Amino acid sequence: MKIGVCVKQVPAKDAPLAIVDGGAWIRESDIGFETNEPDTYALEEALRLKEKHGGEVVAISMGPERAKQTIKEALAKGAERGIHIADSEFYKLDPLTSARSLAVAIQNENFDLILTGLQSDDQGFGQTGVLLAELLGRPHATIIMSIEVTDGRMKLKRELEAGWFQWVELPLPAVITIQSGINKPRYATLKGIMAAKKKEIATIDRASLGVPDSRTEQVERIYVPQKSKKTEFITGSPKETAAKLLEKLRHEARVL
Amino acid sequence: MKIVLITEQRDAKWNKVSFETLAAAQQIAQQTKGSLTGVVVGKGVAALADELAAYQLDEVLLVEHDLLAAYTPDGFSISLREVVERTKPDLVLLPHTYQVRDFAPKLAASMQKGMIGDCIAYRHENGRLIFVRQMFQGRTAADVVFVGDSPWIASFQAGAFRADLAAKSASGKAPVKSVSVDIKPEQIRTKPLELFREAKQAVDLTQAPILVSVGRGIKAPENIAMAEKLAKLMGGEISASRPICDEGWLPMERQIGSSGQTVAPKLYLALGISGAIQHVVGMKGSRTIAAINKDANAPIFEVADYGIVGDLFEVVPALIEELEKGS
Repeated sequence: MKIGVCVKQVPAKDAPLAIVDGGAWIRESDIGFETNEPDTYALEEALRLKEKHGGEVVAISMGPERAKQTIKEALAKGAERGIHIADSEFYKLDPLTSARSLAVAIQNENFDLILTGLQSDDQGFGQTGVLLAELLGRPHATIIMSIEVTDGRMKLKRELEAGWFQWVELPLPAVITIQSGINKPRYATLKGIMAAKKKEIATIDRASLGVPDSRTEQVERIYVPQKSKKTEFITGSPKETAAKLLEKLRHEARVL
Repeated sequence: MKIVLITEQRDAKWNKVSFETLAAAQQIAQQTKGSLTGVVVGKGVAALADELAAYQLDEVLLVEHDLLAAYTPDGFSISLREVVERTKPDLVLLPHTYQVRDFAPKLAASMQKGMIGDCIAYRHENGRLIFVRQMFQGRTAADVVFVGDSPWIASFQAGAFRADLAAKSASGKAPVKSVSVDIKPEQIRTKPLELFREAKQAVDLTQAPILVSVGRGIKAPENIAMAEKLAKLMGGEISASRPICDEGWLPMERQIGSSGQTVAPKLYLALGISGAIQHVVGMKGSRTIAAINKDANAPIFEVADYGIVGDLFEVVPALIEELEKGS
């Protein structure tokens, strides 16, 4: 099985976010980046499917030069090779232009299966997998909690809301978005990290793909949201804050 | 502005977020002096179309087909594309449900259009519609606008608008029109099978008056006991954000958020929960929210009434000590 997995590099979870003047984006200098956590589940699922059914896993990432690190991590965990679609201003693209670029870059790979995470922890549009399926003419399923492959078909467990699930069947080739928590992502081993150094990363300049920036939507500015409630912050030593909070809950909010 | 609202049902039962989005659609229609068309999609859902027609809108389209009885992304996007192309709206609004996430970007892309999904608000300024959505897991908001020709497609997050503000019609029911769509079985590539529930729902968190809820900040499974003790002393139940249940530190049935339970207790105490959108939609209706988090910028503080910026491993033992002293 030839599996493509889309992995995105995003600001680290605990990175302090400073918004640049005018709110075009966040200040990227001085912060750490990491693989988008939902994508680590998609990568793990891809590796497990390969280990069970044979084939190869190709890690695909779009982004500036630094996004290569996310591909290297995927290679260290066991992906065979990587594709980096380079764009230093990737954050400016709308979901449709991103997906069109991805689709053009990988269409000749003829993947049996393409996996993505549920959404990215930065922009969080949550559309890439669905759009990629539409653009490549493949069926798709989203928010998947288990995959069984038999004879060119998949049986998938799809998560619905409020504790409900549904089984769905889908033919290959297809695109699947993976729900976080489907598996326990592995860590890269030292051996894996060494082996990754010899693995190939093909770099494609996004501008060379011939996908025009015919955007359908535009982020005008990002900003720190206004609070919907006025939070009363309680300060002091742990002992003092604990006592004050209980006092407020008992006598002010009257919920204890 | 001509607006089409696509509602959601399953087995002829509403997904109630549809009415929140109806409230938003009515408001936008009014502000832009436009019209509103409601759409009900499925099979055997005429009664729902009739129910929707009692609300303040101009017409209801009933889209029924055998192949729409069970949801498939192909069936829904093919038929809704037909509806949209025939109705020619400026704006298509949907509730941001799991099902909408599954088909709406496809529907938009099939018409070479974009979708602004998961919006929490909108503004109508100088004749322009600006949609507000969250980024960075709720740590920032973003103003997003459509570029290019309509139809524009947008979805609103659960809880963004109040369903009880959806206005009923003052002057009788809106007309319900049946719309036939052309779908063939071979166009539907997904085979939907049975729906099921996994968790036995041994606890009904929706009935708990107080919830002490833990997130990633609890760090290790052995620390859950401390939060459980606090919950017990407060007379409440323990619950968690998704990552804790994914790790198996607490059972899935204790998960609060879009994929878990939606609760509105009188007190919700969030311990080490950052407040990602998916969690907040499940608890923001709580009467009083208190949060303890080491990060002063954590989005949980946007919905909290009381906040302590500090180390939960210091504050929780102090809370336990105070409560034990008091009893």
